[in-house]
Formats: sequence, C-alpha cells, structure tokens
Amino acid sequence: MPKKELKPFDKSEWLRLEKKADEMRRMAIQTAIWGGSGHLGGSLSAMDAMVTLYYRIMNIDPEDPDYEDRDRFILSKGHCAVGYAPILCDIGYMPVDELKIFNLTGAKIGMHLDCNKVKGTDCSTGSLGHGISLAVGFALAGRVNKRDYMCYCLTGDGELNEGSNWEAAMSAAQFKLSNVVVLADNNKCMIDGRVDDEMKVEPLDKKFEAFGFRVIRVDGHNIKEINNALEDAVANHENGGTQPTAIILDTFKGAGVDFMQDNYLWHYGSLDEAMEKQASDSLDKYYKERCERAEKEA
Amino acid sequence: MGGMTYTMTDTTKLSTAECYGIALCELGEEHQDVVALTADLAKSTKIGMFGEHFPDRFFNVGIAEQNLFGVAAGMAKNGLIPFASTFAIFTAARSLDQIHTDICYQNVPVKIIATHAGTSFGQAGSTHHSLIDMACMRALPNMTVICPCDGSETYHAVKAAYDIPGPVYIRINRGFDQVIYKNIDDCKFDYKKATVMNEGTDITIIACGSCVFEAMQAARMAEADAGLKVRVLNMHTIKPLDEEAVLSAVMDTRRIITAEDHEVMGGLGSAVAEVVAKSGKACAFKMLGHQNAFSTIGLQEDLLAMAKIDANGISEAIQEMMHADFEADDAWDDEF
Repeated sequence: MPKKELKPFDKSEWLRLEKKADEMRRMAIQTAIWGGSGHLGGSLSAMDAMVTLYYRIMNIDPEDPDYEDRDRFILSKGHCAVGYAPILCDIGYMPVDELKIFNLTGAKIGMHLDCNKVKGTDCSTGSLGHGISLAVGFALAGRVNKRDYMCYCLTGDGELNEGSNWEAAMSAAQFKLSNVVVLADNNKCMIDGRVDDEMKVEPLDKKFEAFGFRVIRVDGHNIKEINNALEDAVANHENGGTQPTAIILDTFKGAGVDFMQDNYLWHYGSLDEAMEKQASDSLDKYYKERCERAEKEA
Repeated sequence: MGGMTYTMTDTTKLSTAECYGIALCELGEEHQDVVALTADLAKSTKIGMFGEHFPDRFFNVGIAEQNLFGVAAGMAKNGLIPFASTFAIFTAARSLDQIHTDICYQNVPVKIIATHAGTSFGQAGSTHHSLIDMACMRALPNMTVICPCDGSETYHAVKAAYDIPGPVYIRINRGFDQVIYKNIDDCKFDYKKATVMNEGTDITIIACGSCVFEAMQAARMAEADAGLKVRVLNMHTIKPLDEEAVLSAVMDTRRIITAEDHEVMGGLGSAVAEVVAKSGKACAFKMLGHQNAFSTIGLQEDLLAMAKIDANGISEAIQEMMHADFEADDAWDDEF
C-alpha cells in the first residue's frame, strides 16, 4: 500500500468529518444503551480525535487488518471502547451487529477491547498507563523490521498520573521515535473528581516538552486544529524529525451531551429513555453549532 | 559467527548468566527476529553480550521495568521475538501488570530471562531476593515457567524458549551455580519432561534450580548412610508441570519431598501438591523452601542452609520422613 495521499482539508472535508463524528457520538451512546451502560464521558471527549485519525489520517485497510505497513493506534484509555468500537465496526473491521451485544456475556466487543477477538485493534488495553510503552515497542519493531508507519497512542489526562507513562515517554524521546504520536485527551475529569483537585497533571505541554516531545496544544473539539496537528506530526516524521510528538487535546468530558458535558460523574453511566431523548436533542444542537463553525472557519 | 569466542564444551568457567548470554547470541545469529531488552542491567544479567554482537537489535530502556515489558510486548505484537532481562524480583513484583496484560493476555512471544532469582543475590538482602516470582508467573495463563539447575540447562532452556509458543519465564541465579552438567551436550532438555537425576524407590525429591544439586547430594548421603534409594527429579519446568513424573513418584515411592529456593506457597511445592491431591493417592509429602518468611542478608549457601534446602536440610527431611509411622497397609489396591 503506497503512502496515503491526503485530500486538502477544505470545507467539504471538514463537514464530512463533522458528520462522521456526529454519527459516532450517537453510535457510542446507542452502544452504551445496548450494553446497558458505558464509559461515555471519555469516549465523547476523545471522539473528534479518533474520527480524524480513522476517517482521514491513518493509513489502514480494513480488508487487510494486519497489513504490515499500516499505521497503528493504541487506545491507552482502554475503557473508552464504547466510543472506539463503533468506529472499528463502521469502517468494516467488525460487523455492526456485534455492538448490539456490547458487554453482554460472551460478546467479542466489551468494555475493554481484546485484540485477539476484535479485528482492527492493535493492542488489548484496559489497565491504564500501558499504551505509550506499547507504542514505543511498535515503533522500535518498525525500525528493526525496516517498516515505516506511524504509531498513535491516545491517553487520558487522569491516566497520566500513572508513572509508567513517563518511563515510556522518556524512552520515546531517547530512541528518537518521531513516528510516535501521543494524543492526550485532556478532559480534566477522572472518576473521583476533577483532575486538578485530585491529582493535577498540568502543565501537560511543559511536562511532555521536558520529556523530549514536540508539543502541539489544540482545541480537541475543533477537527481542523486536530487535523493540522496530526498532519504536522506526520510531516515531522517524514521530514526526518528526531522527536516524538505530543498533541494535547483540550476537551470536555461528555462533549456534546449537555447533562454529561464537563461532568466528572459521567465517567461511566447508563441512560434511561428520558436521558436518551435529551442526549439526542442535545447532539442535534451540538452538531448544528459545529457545522456552523466549520462553515465559518474553513 | 564473527566475534563469538566461546566454545561450547566446558561450562565450569562460565557463570549461569554467561551461558544465557551465549545461547541468546546464538539465537540472534540464527534468527533475525530476535531482539533483546533490559532495564540498566545489561552487564549484570549478561544480556549485554547480545548487545555487543547485535547493537541494532538491543535496547536498554534505563531503570524502568514497567516500560521494559510494555515495550517488549509492543515489539512482539509486531512479529519480533524479544528476550527481556532484569532481576527476577523486579520482573515479578514491579512489572506484573505489564506481564499480565501486555504479554500474557495478548499472548505474545516475549521471553523473560529473570536473573538473580531465589536467594542467589544473597548479600543484597530481601529487596533483591526473589521468592515469589514462580508463584506469580505460574498463575498467569499462557505463561511457561522454567527454573534451570545450572548453566548448561540454562543454555538449553534459553534456546528452547525461542520455539516454545507464547510467553516464557526463565529464572536463573546470579553468579556460578554448582555444575551439574559439565558439558553443554551432557544436558538433554525437554521442557515437557522432568529429568531423573537419580533413580530410587524409597523416596522422591522433586527439586528445581539450586536445590537440584543439593537434592543429589542428599540422595548420595542417604544411600551411603542408610542404604536408601532416593529418586531425584529435576523439575526444571514448573509450568506445564510433568504430572506423569509426579504420579510415578507417588506410585513408586509413596514419599515425596519438594525443594525450591522460593516460597513454598505457589511455587514448585504447591504445583506438585496440586497433582498429588488431585490424584487421590495417599503419599507422605513435605515441602521445603522458604516458609512464609522474608530471607535475610547472607551468602546464598548460608541462606539455603537456614531455609533447610541445602543437602543437610534435605537429608534431615528424608530421615524424618523415612522414620515417620505409616499405615501398615501397603496394598493400594483398595484405593483404586
């Protein structure tokens, strides 16, 4: 597979991705309803980044999931499978019907994805603070195997409390892995409260810089900004850069659903019928606003 | 192979870890997919020998054991066969989450060669002794657990690890082990089969690692002192355990003593006990090893003596068991 030629990021491309992000937000909520509950807060905060990666940036082939030169993605915040799995199904790695039994006994797709059961998943994750190490391993393997691909790792901000992330970050810089891109979903919430109140991780940009990363900080709900940051990271690698890139995504937990947005209590939960209706109305409004912004700022 | 200066005939001048290093270098020569990783212990674990020969396939992640095993898992997910080495206690205790999830759950072929096992780093004390690693590793699905008795067996275990599917954990000692196989070729290693070191019909000692030599000494002493025929099984592989060898020992000798430089809970003794208990056959049984206690600072030979897993300690256990009263009923027919 040749290197992916990206279409220019114009208005129609932006709107295409907005539509996809809207669909996937709704599909994540639907999946949580099918499964009875789910980690919606962190899935909705990370959705725009995941959509930009999977529907535009990444060099992948759902027909050939193990294609050796494919770009890799590791969902280090593995509990957000309820947002990630709908994307994998939508692009064709897994049948969409699998989502209807999400988390039920014997289901292939559940709260944390098992890469030996879910096609398209490069790693099994769930225990936090593992993803960057795995991405470093992927990238080093690429170097040994003389294969060239990008390794994207999506972490949470609360997750960055785990010390293992910083062991891994040090090694990504030490080994000059310019194809490692850490996306930190900085939604400022964790299970027990707000990150700043519980165990502060900011200033994330300065931390990653100090660990040897190039850092780009963006509005994690502005697909144009996310795209530009990712294109920059790829260009850095292709132009012989020697540093890994960290993209700090400033986001809101539960983005797009008014009663979830920026509410740490929506780390995990279930929706009744009234909430389902309210979420849907809220997403209608959110999508409209997002498209208006794209129209204006494209 | 350019640069390799060792001959594979005499292991008496090589530490156990050096035998590991040689085996790994040979694997590196034979297989391009072998890579090696360590966490600032290249020299101590001898994995650095691989680094000298294959610098492009060697990675030192600094003092960061969690990252060590996470990175190794990532490499294994991409078609490589990583060998990763640090001290046994840091492997089992500090990095268990990465080994559990990234390596065993994903079922990737990371080969862990953990050094300074048991009390072999004697004077470093309990922080550097590893008495829980086999218990931890044995409980992990997909993991093979091996505890070789000396350098030659280590050589063969490491070579075999490349072909054993999935993750493998090999625990070896610091420094020089008592030599059991003087020449590499004297050791025939099949990870699925325990090795009979001494035939006997009165009692069986099932041992691994350092305790194999001690058990062989104890067997000689028992024969010389009391004319006892002591079977000694070198149970180098704790998982999968050679259950057939255990059951034969139950049937043939009806007395079993296990000996390991490890906690008796969860290690070799427990593994053997599970087989004996499941068999439903009566058998006098004793587990020698560290008994729910941290070890102290000291030379390994002293620590083995204190834990009663040296030749004298094992001899004592043999005598106790041989003098214990048994039911007069020797016929087992009624138990079938």
